[in-house]
Amino acid sequence: MRRLLTLLPVAIFAVLALFFLKGLTLNPRDIPSVLIDRPVPEMNLAPLPGRGEASGLSTDNLKGRVSLVNIYGSWCISCVQEHPYLMEIKKRGDVVIQAIDWRDDPVLGAAWLKKNGDPYERVGVDPPPGRTAVDFGVTGAPESFIVDKAGVIRYKHVGPINPELWAKTLLPIIRELEKK
Amino acid sequence: MRRLVLALALLSFSAPAFAVNPDEMLKDPAQEHRARELGKDLRCLVCQNQSIDDSDADLAKDLRVIVRERIAKGDSDDQVRKFVVDRYGDYVLLKPPFKASTLALWLGPVALFVGALAVIVGFYRRRRTAEAAPPPPLSVEEQKRLDKLLKESER
Repeated sequence: MRRLLTLLPVAIFAVLALFFLKGLTLNPRDIPSVLIDRPVPEMNLAPLPGRGEASGLSTDNLKGRVSLVNIYGSWCISCVQEHPYLMEIKKRGDVVIQAIDWRDDPVLGAAWLKKNGDPYERVGVDPPPGRTAVDFGVTGAPESFIVDKAGVIRYKHVGPINPELWAKTLLPIIRELEKK
Repeated sequence: MRRLVLALALLSFSAPAFAVNPDEMLKDPAQEHRARELGKDLRCLVCQNQSIDDSDADLAKDLRVIVRERIAKGDSDDQVRKFVVDRYGDYVLLKPPFKASTLALWLGPVALFVGALAVIVGFYRRRRTAEAAPPPPLSVEEQKRLDKLLKESER
């Protein structure tokens, strides 16, 4: 018993070390979203210039089918990295992609899509202070939300979408939601 | 020497630099004061270890503006805090709330301290009783062995 007790500090250290080791592999940017399973926030965002009068994004546009809502901005560097894959998703027709141009000059937002390609059906402009983005609990761009047919947020991904993540995580969730 | 004292005094009286811009401030000083108090406890989601009042990040600025909007609209401090927590979760509070899921966080250190204290007290108490109590009498066999050893050493 005595001898076991002397090993206690070592045991405590081992447990702490395990926790810290786990902590090293976690991404501190992955903050669990509190919006999962909550309806999409009320919004009625203006369209981008040159994309047509009725191409803005409102809450009702996210009902009736499963959709991906992508937060981007012409200032966003990681969005440039993500964008070609969004174009691929659009080409394959995996799912409809809607966008919120966050904290951006709409003119720049539109020019950015002209330059990099436009994978979106609708784009809503959310100028500073980004009220809709805050309603979505957005912490940075790019960020993507999977919204089900009833207009309820089912999944949130922080950071760029890549092929592996799409095939292994996001697309299966979308397919599952489409069955319902 | 006097200059040094003066410099130190000036340093100690200088207020920390906040990121709050003059154009964000509310006209009513009482409301602005409430916004500052609230902002101190709200985490900037970009820099994570700064409050929104300390941070220069755009999102922190947005939240400062939105907090002030809510206050100007007549929200109470709790309503403003709830508004932000509703969107960003408890994580946004720099001081985590006391509830079932954070029990270990709040009570863990206290429990650890009390536990350690109990171990220490137990250790010293056991040692003292061990010192005070006379050793148990030898059994017949032990006595025989002892006698034998003593006899051997005498030789």
